[in-house]
Amino acid sequence: MRAAALPVLVLVLLLHALPAAAQKRSGYQDAGPQVRAMQDDDAANPGFLWVEQGRAAWQASPPGGPACAACHGEIAAMRGVAARYPAFDPARGVALDLTRRINICRTERQSARPLASEANEMLALTAAIGVESRGMSHRIATDGAMAAVIARGAALFNTRLGQLNLSCAQCHEERAGARLGGAVIPEGHANAYPEYRLEWQTLGSLPRRIRACLTGVRAEPWPAEAPEMLALEAYLAARGEGLAIETPGVRP
Amino acid sequence: MARPLVSIPKSVRRGDIFDIRILIAHPMESGQRRDDSGRAIPREIINRFICTYGGEEVFRAEFFPAIAANPFLTFSVRAVETGMIVMTWTDDLGASQFESAEIIVT
Repeated sequence: MRAAALPVLVLVLLLHALPAAAQKRSGYQDAGPQVRAMQDDDAANPGFLWVEQGRAAWQASPPGGPACAACHGEIAAMRGVAARYPAFDPARGVALDLTRRINICRTERQSARPLASEANEMLALTAAIGVESRGMSHRIATDGAMAAVIARGAALFNTRLGQLNLSCAQCHEERAGARLGGAVIPEGHANAYPEYRLEWQTLGSLPRRIRACLTGVRAEPWPAEAPEMLALEAYLAARGEGLAIETPGVRP
Repeated sequence: MARPLVSIPKSVRRGDIFDIRILIAHPMESGQRRDDSGRAIPREIINRFICTYGGEEVFRAEFFPAIAANPFLTFSVRAVETGMIVMTWTDDLGASQFESAEIIVT
């Protein structure tokens, strides 16, 4: 009995170890040494310009409502939040990413207008909240209501799109590590957003990056608010489970 | 211009060389781009940066349109006396941003 149980136990452990973070490759590892040096040094990482702006916005009261800090306390209390988003909101019956979550707070509690996903104020807040989770494993809930959202995202990830008729998986899984022109194709993980892309010369969100891929395969990009976008964000988070949060990342 | 991120050691030994590293948020609009309706977007860049240490100019930089947004500068200074380090960025609109830090020389 004992002799038989041991190989089973080893097999179970192996199966658990297989999708571990060690085999996943953050885009950081595919970036050049100069770009990695920018990300490693908070004084040289331009993302921290937004982080500082976000920390100030956290304390500031918008007209007609309380500041973020009035309900949530110091921003350090947000440690771990970015690592578990996108998450399901049972009260509203929908899945939310951090951008949507902040906009719900803004409209319902702060009587402020919602912010666009690429607005500087929004990027500043998501960067300031995200940096509190830096180094933690990205680990979102994958059970219950999130399972359906993630499954939808997985289906989209494997669906051929656009005039080039390519799915996300064809580049970011089958050809990850190969080159597209001069650039290494990364595995397409979502652990460093919002991130500073030298190409953009600004901080940008994951939906912005996904839209760039969609126009790249000549598909019609989804707006940032589309449910498809959220499903793909959730799937990417689940797919990159265990990778350390790098917010604000720097990429070429 | 927004508030810059400045990295200067609090104190250094006399005669030692220390690094000043600064990052400032600025679009550095080159003047070469056009907007969606085809009109040229006017140039708006930081064109000058000056750093003084104890009132004496120790570093000056001229910026040109090919410099990326949110420019980062790093340079080295030799510690002589305790004093103020004052940094000034000036852009095409004539707006200036000042930042200062005291360095203690032991």
